[in-house]
Amino acid sequence: MQRIFKILFFLLILNTNFANSISAENTGKLLTTDWSFKGPFGKFDRASLQRGYQVYNEVCASCHSLKYVSYRNLSEKGGPEFSVKEAKAIAASFEITDGPNQDGEMFTRPAKLSDKFVMPYSNEEEAKSANGGAYPPDMSVLVKARAGGADYIYSVLLGYVDPPENIKLDDGVYYNKYMYGNKIKMPKQLSDGLVEYSDGTNATEEQMAKDVTSFLMWTAEPHLEQRHKTGFRAIVYLIILTVLVYFSMKKIWSRVETNV
Amino acid sequence: MSDHNYTPSSKFGKWFNDRLPLLTLANHLTDYPTPKNLNYWWTFGGILTFCLITQIITGLVLAMHYIAHADLAFSSVEHIMRDVNYGWLIRYIHANGASMFFLAVYIHIFRSLFYGSYKAPREIIWILGIMIYLLMMAAAFMGYVLPWGQMSFWGATVITNLFSAIPLVGESITTWLWGGYSVDNPTLTRFFTLHYLIPFLILGLVVLHIWALHVPGNNNPVGIDIQKPSKDTVPFHPYIVIKDLFALLLFMIVFAFFVFYSPNILGHADNYIEANPLVTPAHIVPEWYLLPFYAILRSIPDKLLGVVAMLSAIFILAALPWLDTSKVRSAVFRPLYKQFYWILVIDVLILGYVGAMPAEGLYLLIARVATAYYFLHFLLILPILGKIEKTTPLPLSITSPVLGGSADLAMAKNTDIRKEKL
Repeated sequence: MQRIFKILFFLLILNTNFANSISAENTGKLLTTDWSFKGPFGKFDRASLQRGYQVYNEVCASCHSLKYVSYRNLSEKGGPEFSVKEAKAIAASFEITDGPNQDGEMFTRPAKLSDKFVMPYSNEEEAKSANGGAYPPDMSVLVKARAGGADYIYSVLLGYVDPPENIKLDDGVYYNKYMYGNKIKMPKQLSDGLVEYSDGTNATEEQMAKDVTSFLMWTAEPHLEQRHKTGFRAIVYLIILTVLVYFSMKKIWSRVETNV
Repeated sequence: MSDHNYTPSSKFGKWFNDRLPLLTLANHLTDYPTPKNLNYWWTFGGILTFCLITQIITGLVLAMHYIAHADLAFSSVEHIMRDVNYGWLIRYIHANGASMFFLAVYIHIFRSLFYGSYKAPREIIWILGIMIYLLMMAAAFMGYVLPWGQMSFWGATVITNLFSAIPLVGESITTWLWGGYSVDNPTLTRFFTLHYLIPFLILGLVVLHIWALHVPGNNNPVGIDIQKPSKDTVPFHPYIVIKDLFALLLFMIVFAFFVFYSPNILGHADNYIEANPLVTPAHIVPEWYLLPFYAILRSIPDKLLGVVAMLSAIFILAALPWLDTSKVRSAVFRPLYKQFYWILVIDVLILGYVGAMPAEGLYLLIARVATAYYFLHFLLILPILGKIEKTTPLPLSITSPVLGGSADLAMAKNTDIRKEKL
C-alpha cells in the first residue's frame, strides 16, 4: 500500500523532472521576484496588474498586440478589476475600424468593452517592416509560451547588459543575458521613471518589469485565481470523500478474512 | 460462473430478461467472483475506465467550441480558455487527462508483466490490451496536433514523415495522409475527425477486453488458478467496487493537483506559440508518454529501420505470451525473472529520459544500448529464462496465503510460510 504511493510519487516526480529538464534548456539561472500569483493560494495583486496595464499601454503596446484580450476583461473578476467605467474609458480611448455600414463603407469608431485590444499593426508584414524584420510576438499567452514563464519574461526585461568582448552584434541586435541565444532585436525598453504611476508607486525598472510581467501572467491565465480557489475546494472534497470511502471499505472487507 | 441460473424476482423483470438478458448481465457483473487477494495494482483497470470516460466527456464539450481549421484552431482554443464557462477547467482536465491515462496504462501494463497476466488462458485479453494501447497512442498524438501550436505542427510533421520511409510508396502515402504536400488544413481536419472516432473504437475494445477477462476471471498476485470459488473469491460488488473507488479517489487527488496547480507542466511551452511552418522549434519533443519509443526510433541511424524498430517495440508485446516460456505466472515465484523485470522497468525509464534529450553523443549511445537491451529482454532473456529458471514452490490455493495473514503478497515476504504448508 505504502509502496504503491512511493512508486506513484516517484513516477510523478520523474515526469515533472522530464518536463523541467526539457524546458530549462539554455536559459541559465533566471531572475525572480516575490510573485503574488505563485503557489496554491496565489492571487494577483490588483494594483500591480493596473500598473502593469499602464506599462503595457505606454511602453509595449506600440509594437506588441494582445489579440486574445478584450477591454471587458479589464473589469472582470480575478483581473486588474478596473471599474466598468474605467474600462469603458480605456476602451473609448482607442479607435477601431468597423463596418461595413449601410452604405457599404468601413468606418472608425471608439472601441467598446466587447472589442478585443486594438492591434498596433494591421498585419504581420507591417509589424516586421516597422521593426527591422523582427516580428514582435503577440503577448496574450507569451508567459505560457516561454519556458521559465513569468521569471523568464521578467529576466529578459532586466537582462540587458554590455555584451562580452568576443560577441559581435549586428545593427539592430542587442545583447540580453537571459534571452535564448542571448541576441534580441528589441532594444532595452525600461528605465527608471519611464512611466509615471498614478498611484504614486516609484517607477523603478524592477517595479515596472514586475508589474508588466504580472499583467502578462494575467492575460495568459485570466482564470488563475478561480483555478486556485476551485482546486483547493475540489481537493479538500476529494480528501474527505477518500477518508469516508476508506472506512467504508475497511468495514465491508472486515466480513472477509483478509486485509485490504 | 455462478450466474447461469439467475432469474429476476419480479414478473416484469423475468419477462424483460427472457427477451433481453440485461438483468442477467448486471447480475453477472455484480456477482462476478474476484480473487480475494488482489492488491492495489489491480485497481488500475477501473481507473483506466474512469480516464476513458473523462476524456470522452470533456472531449465532447471541447469539440462543441473547438474549430478544426488551420487559421482558427489556435484562437478557438484561446476562446475556450478565456470565454467559455469553465472552459479552462475542461481543457486542462482533457490535456492532463491524457497524461493521467498513460500513467495508469503503464502501471496496468507493468502489473501484467510482473504477475504474468498475459499467460494462458489470458492471451486474448492481453492482445486486446495492446490494441487499446496502440489506439491510445494514435488518439493522443492526433489530439496533441489539434491546438495547432508549434509542437503540434512540428510533431505532426515529424511523425507523418516517418511514413515516407516505406520503400516505393512512402512518398505517396505521406501525401495521402497529409491531404496535400505538407501538414496543413486538410491534415488538421482529418486528425480531428480521427481523434473524435478513436475513443469510441477504444471503448468497443474495452468492452471486449472486459468480456475476455470475465471468461477465465482475474489473474491474481500469486498467479495460480482459483481452486474453490467460495473460499478464494469475493463478489465484485461491493468488495472490489469499494476498493476500486478508494484507489480511484487517490488517483483523482493526484490528477487534481496537476489540473489545478500545474496544468502546463507536462506540456511544452512552444505549444502556446501558434503553428508556423517557417520556423522550426529548437527541439521537437513528443509528449512524455511517447518518449521511450521516440528514443528507439532515433537510436537507429537508418530511417526505415528506425520506424521498424519503433513499431516492433510495441508489436513484440503482442507476442509476449509465446515468448515467455515459463509456466509460472507470478514473478513472486520466479526469482530470476523478478530481477530482469526490474531491469526492464529501469531500461524503459532510461529510454524515456534519453528520448527527451538531443540525439547526440552520450545520449545516443545510451539510447542504443537501452534499445538493444529492450529487444534482448523479450527475444532472448524471456524464452531462455522459462527453460532454465528454478521457480520457488507455489501455494496450493490463494486462500492459504490469505490465512497466513500476509497483506503484502506481491512482495512474497511469506514464501517460507507457504513452503511449510506445502
